[in-house]
Amino acid sequence: MADVMVMKEIEETADRLGIDLASLDLDAIRVPPGQDFGIASDDEDLHQGDNVELDTGFGNIIIVDNLPVVPREKFEKLEGVIRKIYSQIGLIKDDGLWMPIDPETNKTSGYCFIEFNTPLEAELAREKTNGYKLDRSHIFAVNMFDEFDTFMKVPDEWAPPESKPYTSGENLQQWLTDEKARDQFVIRAGSDTEVLWNDARHLKPEPVYKRAFWTESFVQWSPLGTYLATVHRQGSAVWGGASTFNRLMRYAHPQVKLIDFSPGERYLVTYSSHEPSNPRDANMVVINIFDVRTGKVMRDFKGSADEFSIGGTGGVTGVSWPVFRWAGGKEDKYFARIGKNVISVYETETFSLIDKKSLKIENVVDFSWSPTDPILSIFVPELGDHPARVSLMQIPSKDELRQKNLFSVSDCKMYWQSNGDYLAVKVDRYTKTKKSTYTGFELFRIRERDIPIEVFELENKNDKIISFAWEPKGHRFAVIHGDNPRPDISFYSMRSANNTDKVKKLTTLKGKQANALFWSPAGRYIILAGLKGLNGQLEFYNVDELETMATAEHFMATDIEWDPTGRYVATAVTSVHEMENGFNIWSFNGKLLYRILKDHFFQFLWRPRPPSFLSPEKEEEIAKNLKKYSKKYEAEDQDVSLLLSEQDREKRRMLKDEWEKWLNEWKRLHEEEKLERQKLRHGEVSDEEEEYEAKEVEVEEILDVTEEVISFEE
Amino acid sequence: MRPILMKGHERPLTFLKYNRDGDLLFSCGKDHNPTVWFADNGERLGTYRGHNGAVWCCDVSRDSMMLITGSADQSAKLWSVQSGEQLYSFNFGSPARAVDLAVGDKLAVITTDPFMDSPSAIHVKIIARDPADQIGESVLTIKGPQGRINRAVWGALNTTIISAGEDAVVRIWDSETGKLLKESDKESGHKKTITALTKSADGSHFLTGSLDKSAKLWDMRTLTLIKTYVTERPVNAVTMSPLLNHVVLGGGQDASNVTTTDHRAGKFEAKFYDKILQEEIGGVKGHFGPINALAFNPDGKSFSSGGEDGYVRLHHFDPDYFHIKI
Repeated sequence: MADVMVMKEIEETADRLGIDLASLDLDAIRVPPGQDFGIASDDEDLHQGDNVELDTGFGNIIIVDNLPVVPREKFEKLEGVIRKIYSQIGLIKDDGLWMPIDPETNKTSGYCFIEFNTPLEAELAREKTNGYKLDRSHIFAVNMFDEFDTFMKVPDEWAPPESKPYTSGENLQQWLTDEKARDQFVIRAGSDTEVLWNDARHLKPEPVYKRAFWTESFVQWSPLGTYLATVHRQGSAVWGGASTFNRLMRYAHPQVKLIDFSPGERYLVTYSSHEPSNPRDANMVVINIFDVRTGKVMRDFKGSADEFSIGGTGGVTGVSWPVFRWAGGKEDKYFARIGKNVISVYETETFSLIDKKSLKIENVVDFSWSPTDPILSIFVPELGDHPARVSLMQIPSKDELRQKNLFSVSDCKMYWQSNGDYLAVKVDRYTKTKKSTYTGFELFRIRERDIPIEVFELENKNDKIISFAWEPKGHRFAVIHGDNPRPDISFYSMRSANNTDKVKKLTTLKGKQANALFWSPAGRYIILAGLKGLNGQLEFYNVDELETMATAEHFMATDIEWDPTGRYVATAVTSVHEMENGFNIWSFNGKLLYRILKDHFFQFLWRPRPPSFLSPEKEEEIAKNLKKYSKKYEAEDQDVSLLLSEQDREKRRMLKDEWEKWLNEWKRLHEEEKLERQKLRHGEVSDEEEEYEAKEVEVEEILDVTEEVISFEE
Repeated sequence: MRPILMKGHERPLTFLKYNRDGDLLFSCGKDHNPTVWFADNGERLGTYRGHNGAVWCCDVSRDSMMLITGSADQSAKLWSVQSGEQLYSFNFGSPARAVDLAVGDKLAVITTDPFMDSPSAIHVKIIARDPADQIGESVLTIKGPQGRINRAVWGALNTTIISAGEDAVVRIWDSETGKLLKESDKESGHKKTITALTKSADGSHFLTGSLDKSAKLWDMRTLTLIKTYVTERPVNAVTMSPLLNHVVLGGGQDASNVTTTDHRAGKFEAKFYDKILQEEIGGVKGHFGPINALAFNPDGKSFSSGGEDGYVRLHHFDPDYFHIKI
């Protein structure tokens, strides 16, 4: 960057050139376009950001090639034909069609330009008419005007691509090797987005990386924690790195609204919806699937919002996100979406439908994947004579593994246990009068032979189910049932002592102020939380011992998130409220570790960890010998806490000394001014004036005097 | 100890002031009658009747003979503490806000709000020994700061005036010439309206409270920032213990939001901080509206708080309080 001239230099130069600076109107000076006099602009970033937008200035123009070459007389006829074809697709601008004429032959040149109202229409026109057969010898070749440059630059002769020397990338998983085995989290407050270590031992977070305006709407970790995704007007970007956060890849998708990673974080799905140019049409939806590492678009889907909003619950926007649901497992092999009477399952090898066709299922409304296996669970409600049914389907063979018919069903919800061992289907059924509903569960044991199904009902069939949650990696589940504001909470186990394959009730907690369940990701512990209307009541409960470890309150808490290891819990008040914004970090057993307040607090997200490589046997072994291992860490903990209190004492001593010093200095000055102060007070001697005498003064006031004659009686 | 609830005002409290001996407590409220109480048992002694608007501030002379009050009725009045008789009225063209008597009680500083066309101003008046000789003319008028000046007090030896208000800047003025001597830093200073300002008992430092949810401690001479106390609520009132190194902050959410949220959400607590370590050490709950005024008894053994709810709560400390160790 060139040095900025100092005003003095400018004045000197002006003097030399004989210019009177005062007579110049600096604002009137115009630098020739493109000239910067070697002074780099400070807002370079700004320009780079804008480039993406500017580049697409001709995005709404297409070039149609392979048109018939016609003489002038037929010119208008041809134009009419072309207009007819393209005005079906989108609105052609006034003067938006231009067919050049070769001046030598006085015939058309065999191509034309068409300008649409929006880039989207142009895109659609290209897609629909590229390869359009006008007649046998004229097959349209349609291209975007923007891409023309790229075509022109293609060298005539093929040159072998240069092989770049291999540069080893950063270790994107460096954060997992933290010596203190801490976890990271990201917070968004105001315009700042910040990644921090949770340094629970020091009872404070330690900053990693902070950036203002990092994202334009939200941030999201990839499911294994490798990347942090940000969302911008031009598209999405992922960030990561060994020690800090660098931009690793950009995914261009204008106006992107929602993003979703595949569970193995190989692919990124981005979604945007666009206002149609014709108000009668539905919104246009664009979904891109990118390869996360290369940034290449693997497949894109376009269509009206209606096509994407069938089934599921359907949010306010009409689309239930994620539209594409990924099969479990790290391989990211399959993804599926629901449509009208179909479920479309794609595989990522070719990004096309399995067996080239969708699954035809009449009236299907909901489906979900097993979190670990390529198994789909599908729910079809009652239709005419057909009962409602829940079925399990193996992919890619499309074999039906199990099916269950259900009667007088009003609604169904499917809950997979995190290992894919169990599936619970919550079934709301109508009572005989059809006036109300009651709830029962169908429990599938996926791992057992023939997948046995157990019908399970609460003791009081009419209890409303407020919340249901499986223990992660475990065999237990918790249900909040009953009536607000003090429902009951029950715990059940899928295992029983004598292997009778019956659900066993563990316990019921009566009358709890809770409306949400948060299991520790490691199982065993659960937080029974009363969020929103219940003011943030928290109960930390140990399900192994069936006892409450602690009760606490994070007033007005809106969100609760366990860290990926199950050691700490964050409770947050996000900016749905105006006050109390910020977060608390608790230990798993309900001890408040620290509390951070931030105005306009939007997001708190723990950085996920990839699953552990330890085998279940190994994990069990560690659990058995925990005492041996924990000694080392206990010693470390103690060291830290000693150091902490030492530092604390030191800090306090310093502060006190500083204060003392300041006070003494002030006293000296105060002493010097003593006389003057006395003068101001007419010679009253002391500042303190402790030697005054307290005198008791009795004052008698006569309020009233009346004389009465009292008759004297014997 | 259980606080003594003093219900004498019909409208929110605005200011509290103890006299030098600590036996009288003066309270101002949005009703028009400043009130004097026995600081020991909370018994009401009397009211000063004559104002025709909310009374924002008051000060009492060293000998507890004279009271000065500033009111929204565009006047500042002098009263006889003992008889409740109005001695004099300074009349302005705009509401009076802050009043403060100088060392020696011969000068008073009075601030007025911006009103119609006139900007806010700081006026210095001479207070005559004999009320009969009292004149209304200002010795000095300072104009300049934008918005209301919520507090103005005398600096050391009456040579300076310290002002703070809506523009979030603390300023030190020369009380002779009206020249601006110092201004608080934009970086380290408050970010929002300064609502309260109180001097330490020895006059070495002062404390400001602001809607930016913090209170700051400043050196009276140099205007260097010494400490910052961060809280969760806008601060409306501040005070310092003359006995221990304790700072008390009062406030709460804006009164206009009170009815829309849970009573606990407001945090209408008087919060105690360690002055040196800047750590929160405790809180006193009780008000069901924001705290607008706080004052420490000069003996350091009791303090009182005045709330939007119209109550003055008089708290005598338990013996335990004097042995807090942190």
